[in-house]
Amino acid sequence: MGRVILRRIAGAIPVVLLVTLITFGLMRLIPGDVSAALAGVSATPAEREQIRHNLGLDQPVQVQLVRWYSDLLHGDLGRSLFLGQPVTKATFERLPVTLSISIYSLILTLVLGLASGILAAMRQNTWVDQAAMIFAMLGISMPNFWIGLMMIVLFSVHLGWLPTGGYIPIEQDFLGWLRAATMPAVSLALLQVGLLARITRSTMLEVLRQDYVRTARAKGLPSYLVIGKHALANAMIPIVTVVGIIVSLLISGSVVTETVFSIPGVGQLLTSAILNRDYPMIQGALLFVTLLVVGINIAMDIAYAWLDPRVRYDGG
Amino acid sequence: MPGSTPASGTTVAESVATLDRVAAATGFARRNSARWDTVRRLWRHRSFKLGLALFAILVLSAAFVPMISDADPTKLSMRTRFVPPGAEFLFGTDNFGRSALARVAYGARLSLMIGTSVVVLNAIFGALLGALSGYFPRLDNPLMRMNDALMAFPPVLLAIAVAAVLGRSTINVIVALAIVYVPRTARIVRASVLVIRQMEFVQAAVAAGAGHWRILRRHILPNAMAPLIVQLSFLFAYAVLTEATLSFLGLGAEPPTPTWGNIMAEGRQYMREAPWIIAIPGGALALTVMALNLLGDGLRDVLDPRLKIQQ
Repeated sequence: MGRVILRRIAGAIPVVLLVTLITFGLMRLIPGDVSAALAGVSATPAEREQIRHNLGLDQPVQVQLVRWYSDLLHGDLGRSLFLGQPVTKATFERLPVTLSISIYSLILTLVLGLASGILAAMRQNTWVDQAAMIFAMLGISMPNFWIGLMMIVLFSVHLGWLPTGGYIPIEQDFLGWLRAATMPAVSLALLQVGLLARITRSTMLEVLRQDYVRTARAKGLPSYLVIGKHALANAMIPIVTVVGIIVSLLISGSVVTETVFSIPGVGQLLTSAILNRDYPMIQGALLFVTLLVVGINIAMDIAYAWLDPRVRYDGG
Repeated sequence: MPGSTPASGTTVAESVATLDRVAAATGFARRNSARWDTVRRLWRHRSFKLGLALFAILVLSAAFVPMISDADPTKLSMRTRFVPPGAEFLFGTDNFGRSALARVAYGARLSLMIGTSVVVLNAIFGALLGALSGYFPRLDNPLMRMNDALMAFPPVLLAIAVAAVLGRSTINVIVALAIVYVPRTARIVRASVLVIRQMEFVQAAVAAGAGHWRILRRHILPNAMAPLIVQLSFLFAYAVLTEATLSFLGLGAEPPTPTWGNIMAEGRQYMREAPWIIAIPGGALALTVMALNLLGDGLRDVLDPRLKIQQ
């Protein structure tokens, strides 16, 4: 197991190096003179020079690159142009907000997605199956920001049950957090619920046809044991790989969802950075979130090796 | 090498040509009937039919609604602000009194145009990169490392960052979406090329002295089409969805040019008094994505049964 973990981490090094390099290159894609775009047309040449200097753009590219990596090793992603604080600090401050909603949404995804997928597989070709699959199809087709807006219209404007947006920290007031976080989490979860339900259904159908499931049934095990113990344990393996994708979708989805519900998280930080052309912030937030996703994927792979002994023995 | 010596050159060229002719003669006849079989099976597939019908309705409305109705999607009219959907305006009007029907139809044109461009770019570059890295082992490692790195970014986030850096325009949205999705297409093409490269008919072509380009074009790529087509139909859906997300966030075409995303972004302020401003483009978007997902499901079940886990 220790070797699996080490090997997986070593395997991620080239990806991380390239990801950081691409992120660095992204800033150099900005067409024209950045300082002109940032300072506006009325800026004096000295002011522009100052902006270029602050961004380090007056240095040769190789110097910028070395600086980028040495800063990264020190955990420095640069300074936001508008917030006047380091990118990492701004991101870390808002991270708990995004994480609390993402985790809430992930729990909803797992519960609803697995349950509807398993139910659909158990009742294949009945109305239960069809209803679950229509729901899943709607989930993967409706844009999450639109669902969010429509939920606001229904639940906040017409029914007045839930606030239209905002955020209350979970440690401050749990019920308040729940009221504020439920619509964002649900609208964010629907896409992933649909994906997970479809995949769970098809893997379960595959597994349910296996001999060992028939044996389990034949020896008279109750249905919940056959499904819960024999079938699900084996269906989990392909499902775990999907969870990595789901987490990546959740995190990018939260960018838009936070904008819709005015939640002060990393996503909103990124959207306001786009509007302000705060390039260091865009770059930093992109890299930060991507490295987070890479880390989660490594963790999922390790979980995979732990769940499936074959992976462990093959790879040694 | 084909035609390396004058003596064997003619025979090599001849045998390659013969092999191509045989492939064309037997393959074409077989493929022609197989093609009809595929069409028949697609036609019997329920979700494919539904998706095709929905998509056809969408394309036709995008094409003809702006022709039939003379409503200008950018013309302001204070008299007709916030008219709810009804007889005068089928889908109502927005805060500037513009017809929501006209705006959503023009938005559809833009969405379909962007989706098509992204699909075409993916078909070209995804197939090219995938074929190169699947066929030439030396290129495989560097190309796929780059691919892995690009795929490590959460897709929507990378699209947002690229579009934000390049600046607001429709072309930049297309470029951003291509950068995000080409690596994914390349990976799928590569996987099938790796399998096909080992097959006997490819070895026969190699033995007969066919060049790399010819083998790729005549023998490998035609056999790698099925998974590519399936991927492209889902990709169309993702592209349309991500484009709407970008323009909702204020990237992409600038108002007053209507896109589904920017109509919704503008309509947010008037959510209380005129929810239809958002409901209609979002509904159109969801229908489009659903049509393409249904089409993709059908194509996957029929063209690429290996991917079909269970029907």
